[in-house]
Amino acid sequence: MEKFLSGDEAFAEGIRLACPDVISAYPITPQTIVVEKLSEMVEDGSLDAEFIHVESEHSALSCAMGASAAGVRAFTATSSQGLLYMAECLYYASGGRFPIVMMNANRSTALPWNIYGDQRDSLSQLDSGWIQAYAENAQESLDLALMSYYIAEHKTVSTPFMVNLDGFILTHTYEQVDVPTPEQAKNFLPPYETENKLDLENPKNMAFSAGPDTNYIFKYKEHAAMFRAIPVIKEAEQKFAEIFGRQYSGLIDAYKAEDAEYILITLGSIAGLCREITDKLREDGIKAGVIRIRYMRPFPAEEITKAVSHAKAVAVLEKDISFGNEGTVFTNICSALQGAGLTVPAYNFIGGLGGRNISHQNIIEIFEKIQSGTANRVNFIGIEEGENS
Amino acid sequence: MSVSAKTLDKNEYFYGHKACAGCGGSLAVRNVLKVLGKNAVAVLPAGCMSAVGFNFPQLCFANNAIISTFAGTASMLTGIEAGFRRRGIKDFTAVGFAGDGGTADIGIQALSGAIDRNDNIIYICYDNEAYMNTGIQKSGLTPFGAKTTTTPAGSNIHGNIRPKKNMFEIVAAHDIPYAATATVGYMNDFLNKVEKASKIQGTKYIHVIAPCPTGWGIPVSDTVDAAREIVDCGLWYLAEYENHEFKLSRDPKTFTSVEDYLRKQARFKHLTDEDIKIITDSRDKKWEFIRKNWN
Repeated sequence: MEKFLSGDEAFAEGIRLACPDVISAYPITPQTIVVEKLSEMVEDGSLDAEFIHVESEHSALSCAMGASAAGVRAFTATSSQGLLYMAECLYYASGGRFPIVMMNANRSTALPWNIYGDQRDSLSQLDSGWIQAYAENAQESLDLALMSYYIAEHKTVSTPFMVNLDGFILTHTYEQVDVPTPEQAKNFLPPYETENKLDLENPKNMAFSAGPDTNYIFKYKEHAAMFRAIPVIKEAEQKFAEIFGRQYSGLIDAYKAEDAEYILITLGSIAGLCREITDKLREDGIKAGVIRIRYMRPFPAEEITKAVSHAKAVAVLEKDISFGNEGTVFTNICSALQGAGLTVPAYNFIGGLGGRNISHQNIIEIFEKIQSGTANRVNFIGIEEGENS
Repeated sequence: MSVSAKTLDKNEYFYGHKACAGCGGSLAVRNVLKVLGKNAVAVLPAGCMSAVGFNFPQLCFANNAIISTFAGTASMLTGIEAGFRRRGIKDFTAVGFAGDGGTADIGIQALSGAIDRNDNIIYICYDNEAYMNTGIQKSGLTPFGAKTTTTPAGSNIHGNIRPKKNMFEIVAAHDIPYAATATVGYMNDFLNKVEKASKIQGTKYIHVIAPCPTGWGIPVSDTVDAAREIVDCGLWYLAEYENHEFKLSRDPKTFTSVEDYLRKQARFKHLTDEDIKIITDSRDKKWEFIRKNWN
C-alpha cells in the first residue's frame, strides 16, 4: 500500500512488519518519531511487543541485549549524543553476538550543540563491531528495517545491525512509500531462532570473560562473521526482490560508474543530488559517475575498487571529519585503493557538518576540481583556505 | 515455609569460582541461588562476582547467568525478564547481584529506572563497602572513616570523609513493592527476605552486608562474625519496606561496642577517639530517627 511517510515513519512501519518482541527506547531528536510511532502501534494493538521506557540510551541497549540474550527479537533507536552515551553497549552487543537492530538518526555531536544531520556520530563507531548501513530515502529506510533483521539474525552472521538515516533530511522528509503487507513481511523474515540464548533446559553462562589466549579468537570470529554478512546481504536482497519487487544492489549503489572518468563517492541522502548533477555533467560531455556506499561495515573495498578502477579521479564527499586527519570514509577508501594497487587520484570533500547545506553548485565544483586537478587532498566545502586558521 | 539450614536446597549453583577465602559476596550469591533454585536467571555486572565466576572456559554458574555492563545490571534484567515472558516462560526469577559501587554509584540510574517501571525482578546489592575488585577504592557506600586506596588515612584526612549513601531509603522512596536490608551474618533473616521477595510481583531490592576480608582487613575466618557485629553494634540495621511502610526486622535493646567493631578491622585502625565518637553519635541519631518514624 502506498503511503506518504517521513523516513522515521517509514522505518517504524518496517519495524512493525519485522515484529520485534522487545522495544526499548529513549527519546532524542531527530529519532523521536520512530519511537512515538512504535508506541502508538503497541497501544492500538497493531504491534504485539513489549515497549520499555528506559531512562537512558545506555539502558536502552542494555535492555535490548537482555532481551536478545533471552532469545527474542529486540529493537532500539537513537541518535548523536545518545549513540555516544550507549557506546560501551555497542561493543558489548557485538562481542556478545546479539543481533539487535538499531536505527540511528545521523546527527551532529556537541559541542557546539546542534540537532541537524551529519554522520560523525555513527562513523565514530565504525569499530564497534556493528554492521552499518546508510539509507538514501524513506523507502530504503523501511526496506532496511526488514532486511536488517534477516541479515543480523542469520546464523552465520549473528551481529548487530545499525541502520543510519540522515537527520531531518531523511528522518523528517515525506515521500511516497510502498508499505508491504504483513503476509509479505512474514514470507520474507523468518522468526528469530538462536542457540545464543539463556535457556532453562540448558543453562548457559553468557557474556563472560576471556583471557589473552581465547579473547583473540573470539575477536577473530567476530571479524569473520562481519565478512560472512556480505553473501547474506546479497541473499536477503534477492529474496526481498522476489517478494517485494524492489531490487537493491548490495554494499554499494553505482550510478553511471561503468564508463565514468570522474567518480564521486558518498553515502546517505545526498546521493540523489549527486546523481542529478552527474546527469547534467553528462549532457555537457563530462563522464561523471556516482557511487553511493550503502554499507560502511562490512566495508565494500572490493566493490569500490572495481567500480573506480578505470576512473581518472575520485572524490569522496562525506559529512564527517576525523579531527587532525581527514574524513573517515576517505581513509577507508584510500586504504581500499592502496590495497587494490590503484593509483587513481582521490580527494576528500568535507561538507554538511552540523546540517550545513550542500548545494548543487558545491557538487558541480567538486567535479570541476577533481577534473582540473586543483583540489587539495582534503577540502572543506564552503571554507576557503586560511579561513579556518 | 521459612528458609533454614535444614530446608535449604542441597544443590549448588555457584561453585568452582575464584573468590577469595572468606568472601562475603560469594556466600550471598551462593545462598540466594539455593533459595531461588535452578530457574533463577542471574545478571551480574562487572565486579567481584563476575570477575571470579565467568572466566571462559571456567564458568561457575549451574543456572543461567550473564555479565552485564557495569551500569547495566537493572536494565539488562529488564530485558531478560521481558524476553522470557515473551517466550511464554513463567517459572523463572530474574535476579541481579551487584556490588555497592555497581548499585549506589554507576548503576543507580538504571536501578531507579527499573523500579520506576516496576519490572518484575529481584535486585540484590552485596555491599562490601568499597570497589574491592579493582583494589579497594572508595564507593558511595564506603562508611565514614574507612581507609581505602583512594581515601588514604593520613594526619590530614582520616580515610573517607563522607557517610554511606542511604540506598535502602533511596530505593524505598520510589515506593517499591518490597525492599529489605540484610547481612550475611544473619543468614536466615537474609534468605527468608529473598524467599519473600521471590513471591512478590514487581521490583524487589535487598541490600545485604557482605564483608570482604581483603578490603576490611580482617581474618578470612571472621566474615560472618563481622557481618553480625555490624548489626549488633547498630551500624547496620535489619529492616523491610513493604506496603508503603518501613519496619524493623530486629530492634536490639542494647548495642555492642562500636569501638570494638571498628578496632578489629585494619581499614579503621587509624581512627581517633574523636572519629569513633562521630560514628557512634551518627549511629544514635539514625536509631533515634528509625524508632521515631518506623514501625
